[in-house]
Amino acid sequence: MNVTGRASYSESQLYVDGVTVSFDGFKALNNLSFVVEPGEMRAIIGPNGAGKTTMMDVITGKTKPDEGRVIFKGDIDLGKRDEAAVVALGIGRKFQRPSVFENHSVFDNLELAIKSDRSTFACLFDRLDADRKSKIESTLERIGLAGERDQMAGKLSHGQKQWLEIGMLLVQDPELLFLDEPVAGMTDAETEATVELLRDLRGERSIVVVEHDMAFVHALGVKVTVLHEGSVLAEGSMDQVQNDPHVIEVYLGR
Amino acid sequence: MSLLQRLYAPQAQEPGKGRLASAILLTVLAAIAILVPLLNLTVPADSAFHVPTYLVSLLGKYLCFAMLALSIDLIWGFCGILSLGHGAFFALGGYAMGMYMMRQIGDRGVYGNAELPDFMVFLNWKELPWYWYGFDFFPFAVVMALFVPGLLAFVFGWLTFRSRVSGVYLSIITQAMTYALMLAFFRNDMGFGGNNGLTDFKDLLGFDLQSDNTRAVLLASTCVALAGCYLMCRAIVASKLGRLIAAIRDDEARVRFLGYRVENFKLFVFVLSAMIAGLAGALYVPQVGIINPGEFAPANSIEAVIWVAIGGRGTLYGAIAGGVLVNYAKTVLTGVIPEVWLFALGGMFIAVTLFFPKGLVGSLPAAIDWVKRRIGKRNPPASSPLAEEPGQ
Repeated sequence: MNVTGRASYSESQLYVDGVTVSFDGFKALNNLSFVVEPGEMRAIIGPNGAGKTTMMDVITGKTKPDEGRVIFKGDIDLGKRDEAAVVALGIGRKFQRPSVFENHSVFDNLELAIKSDRSTFACLFDRLDADRKSKIESTLERIGLAGERDQMAGKLSHGQKQWLEIGMLLVQDPELLFLDEPVAGMTDAETEATVELLRDLRGERSIVVVEHDMAFVHALGVKVTVLHEGSVLAEGSMDQVQNDPHVIEVYLGR
Repeated sequence: MSLLQRLYAPQAQEPGKGRLASAILLTVLAAIAILVPLLNLTVPADSAFHVPTYLVSLLGKYLCFAMLALSIDLIWGFCGILSLGHGAFFALGGYAMGMYMMRQIGDRGVYGNAELPDFMVFLNWKELPWYWYGFDFFPFAVVMALFVPGLLAFVFGWLTFRSRVSGVYLSIITQAMTYALMLAFFRNDMGFGGNNGLTDFKDLLGFDLQSDNTRAVLLASTCVALAGCYLMCRAIVASKLGRLIAAIRDDEARVRFLGYRVENFKLFVFVLSAMIAGLAGALYVPQVGIINPGEFAPANSIEAVIWVAIGGRGTLYGAIAGGVLVNYAKTVLTGVIPEVWLFALGGMFIAVTLFFPKGLVGSLPAAIDWVKRRIGKRNPPASSPLAEEPGQ
């Protein structure tokens, strides 16, 4: 399935165009193409090995594509940039395993994440100003961790760590956000709270959610892209996708 | 967790702690800087309060080792880089100072050659190699004692951190680096005195190195330098950069995906740490009177890491305590039963790594609690007799 048409290319938030990545002959991504619109929330699903993590690695600068291009905001080629440069452009990424700095307080985790000069010497002499401080405080409220402000992040529950990591992305003010399995390992109540949080973020920035949990994707109620063997198998609403014969075959046919 | 994994596992100190320890450390250093020279120079030799000169130099030596330990703790305890080659930076700083003191000898050497150091005359060299130029000048030597280790660390770090070499692999390469330097400095045609190294120093800035006054001043200078380096390291780990390098230690990928160039931060602390080690070496050589390629021996660097592990890494003051205490133990033990020392050192290292990963200073609060509880048990508080009674 190829994406065509100049309009979607130049006005898109993210344009993945025919990306192929091989590891020792194995094609982790095979001519993968899709478009994310500005302000859109998108869910990407697919069985294990469908290429979800590799796709994020390519977009966030960890892995270079063998073929194809990744275009951000219509004219920025991400293929040539490293992780730090990609973040500076306004793309944030949450990992599958909650990765917060366990030996730092919740507040300090957000302080390290917040948008600021990333150079070594700037960090040496940096003092937190009132603007950034109030932004951290309001983000703490938003992710429901105001009460845990001074606690070590390592002492948080699994769900709270996931929220903290989402908070760390929010304070970076990214235009495009990748969330890798944000509800993995969460209790039902925590999952529900996460759905609320993501719904709240909707429209504010473009968000791509990669998930296994079908119920969660259903609850989000957004456009779904199904990956299979490194390319797009189907795209549409959750109901459309679930009734797609190809999808049924891949998920249930074996 | 295996022994090896433990070495790379972070040992974070709790924030806020360390103020008291810093105060104690700085007080002790000030006391040493003032009292020891005073008791050495003004108290008559037959008095019980007299500090003999050998002790002054011994203390100075310990404090130089403590400074080396401090530099290792900055990168290992806070940034998670286990360098097993810091002895190289220490030795390079030492050589820079040694070269200055060689030039100070002038025509007082065995061959009485004012132009060339003795070993060059012996090797039949006709003129001073270009890299010895400038070492007649003390400030130049001091700058070189910082610059050369810093430059080596920069080149080494630039190559390894950019290639994302870390963990055990990086440690092994640092060992190879110091080993390679040792082999190079052993060669006579390197122009650094071959296996004899640099020695027979006469004076420093015109002051006789054998005199008690000079030794006292050297000890006091070492105290001041150590206190200065400690305060600088404290300021760094308390800054946002300090929190970042600790974050790199705990989760490097996350820091990278927050948009920081991890390699630059590692490079900064690595170079700074190497410069502190170089300064330690520069202060060490005038107090022991010799520098030779043996200082580059890989075992020396490993020993320095053991001081930090035993003292307690990730605290800065723990490294200093470890550097002094372990070397004191070494002096005592090698005096009594020399053949036991290496086993004792190895045994302490394994025991600390396995059972007291926070080291001496990290385990101290727990030990005090334990003693308090023991005393509490022996004398149960009168107010709560019921608490001691088994519930039936």
